Amino acid sequence: MNRTRAKILSNERIMPDRFVMRLDAPSIAKSAKPGQFIMVKCNGGTEPLLRRPLSLHRIEKKRLSLLYQVVGGGTRILSKRKRREELDIIGPLGNGFNIDKSARLINILIGGGIGVAPLLALAEELKIRRLKTMVLIGAKTRSHLVGVEQFKALGIEVRIATEDGSKGYKGFATDLLKDEAIIGAYEPAMIYACGPKDMLMAAAGIARINSIECQVSFEERMACGTGVCLGCAVNTVKGIKMACKDGPVFNAEDIIWQK
Amino acid sequence: MAKMNKNLSVKIGKIRMKNPVMVASGTFGYGKEYADLIDLKALGAIVTKTITLGPRIGNLTPRIAETASGMLNSIGLENDGVEAFIEEKLPFLRKIGIPVIVSIGAEDIVSFKKLAKRLDRAKGVSGIEVNISCPNLADYKTKKEKQAKLFSQDKRLAYKAIKAVRSATRLTIITKLTPNVTDITEIARAVKDAGSDAVSLVNTYMGMAVDTDTRRPMLGNVIGGLSGPAIKPMALKAVWDVYNSVDIPIIGMGGIMTPDDAIEFIICGSTAIALGTANFVYPDKSIEIIKDLGYYIKSNKLKDIRALRGSLSI
Repeated sequence: MNRTRAKILSNERIMPDRFVMRLDAPSIAKSAKPGQFIMVKCNGGTEPLLRRPLSLHRIEKKRLSLLYQVVGGGTRILSKRKRREELDIIGPLGNGFNIDKSARLINILIGGGIGVAPLLALAEELKIRRLKTMVLIGAKTRSHLVGVEQFKALGIEVRIATEDGSKGYKGFATDLLKDEAIIGAYEPAMIYACGPKDMLMAAAGIARINSIECQVSFEERMACGTGVCLGCAVNTVKGIKMACKDGPVFNAEDIIWQK
Repeated sequence: MAKMNKNLSVKIGKIRMKNPVMVASGTFGYGKEYADLIDLKALGAIVTKTITLGPRIGNLTPRIAETASGMLNSIGLENDGVEAFIEEKLPFLRKIGIPVIVSIGAEDIVSFKKLAKRLDRAKGVSGIEVNISCPNLADYKTKKEKQAKLFSQDKRLAYKAIKAVRSATRLTIITKLTPNVTDITEIARAVKDAGSDAVSLVNTYMGMAVDTDTRRPMLGNVIGGLSGPAIKPMALKAVWDVYNSVDIPIIGMGGIMTPDDAIEFIICGSTAIALGTANFVYPDKSIEIIKDLGYYIKSNKLKDIRALRGSLSI
């Protein structure tokens, strides 16, 4: 973990409320893993005060990409930051996904909404390791879909679900997972899920019924991101864990799900 | 690394600190968490996360909500208990080589006394900060524990708690007070009379925030403690009030984010200062403040940091 001032290489609007920011951050990129995140100080002042946790969308040798949605004051300020400015970041933080190196395994990545963000970094890593991978992407409508082209460019099979049926299957990404889980019953699989809590819970349920291992990436409100403030508590069968330090990726079977 | 500068040294009870900059309880873990990001031995002292006699699992989530220039927390003193602390956390803290002040919390006086007694025997503890002011012990959601009054909100209870701790240890005692009182000076006086060597001013201000979409509180436990720059002017006044009416060393805290903030607290009467919420945002801010205090002393031709204390000119 270290703190650095990363140069902003680009900050591109890809949808009305979603952006991809690329950063020159060699000190963090060199040790970062898919599923990890950074804490970003959106501006220099005290409004907003706290850093924002953002997962790593892509990890290159010296560069990091962030895919983020404007949800409040902090991300709004972030969306207005310009190329060549510097961004104060701390990272890499958290545990990251646990990649099973077995080539027999099919890796099923499932992302809902902005939850797709860390899955691209994961898919790229799985690709480098030549591991079988497929991606299930869920979104509200066709125009809310993110990352489809990037996954396809990796030569990975992508299946899509939209809530209004404007593209792909009409329903949730977890509905697609139910199909894939049947495949998983014949073939050993590993599920990696990131998205809203309801989606994670549904994915965990499907994984459990079909005896498939499942990793879920949590999003919690955080103050420090480094395991100090104990704000981002997650209730697990192994006791209270911190999303920032023990997670954000957990084994689905360890989570005590609460509505 | 910050140079040793004896012009910055201060004393709290029996604790000698090479500079007056501390990190506040609950905002710095047990030191190790930030070892990658800052030179721990440059700090004046470290105050640990509050520990309790037995383990506590803490409050419901969400535990954090950001508000204007501040944050609400309702962590609820999650920790593994005093024995786990001594076994797992203290060895690392002891090795840093700076004073280690252990924050203790309890819901009854007997437990406070037991904690003090246990820490008195533990190697490497320089002092005890008695947290009689955590706003997050009561269950505000079910109101099962009613609106439990804090020890720090009643001068008799505060006196009794500190008296009990005093009887159990010869270590330096610092009492952390809540600002959620009508007159903080009478509480400060009570804990002084009970044998406290110093006071930490202030703990968080009780507060709330509401999600207007769901009409639910932003915190799982409904009510939490407000910290950060939003509370600084109020914290500063609490320090000034106590400085003017009770003869007891003060560790000033509450929204310190910059060297100037720290200097304000010293000018209003603080012997030492602590960074809290700032650590979450800028983990190395305390080091910057230590350096800047040195420059300030020099450029203002002060003999030492003690000459600045309480120097508010009215």
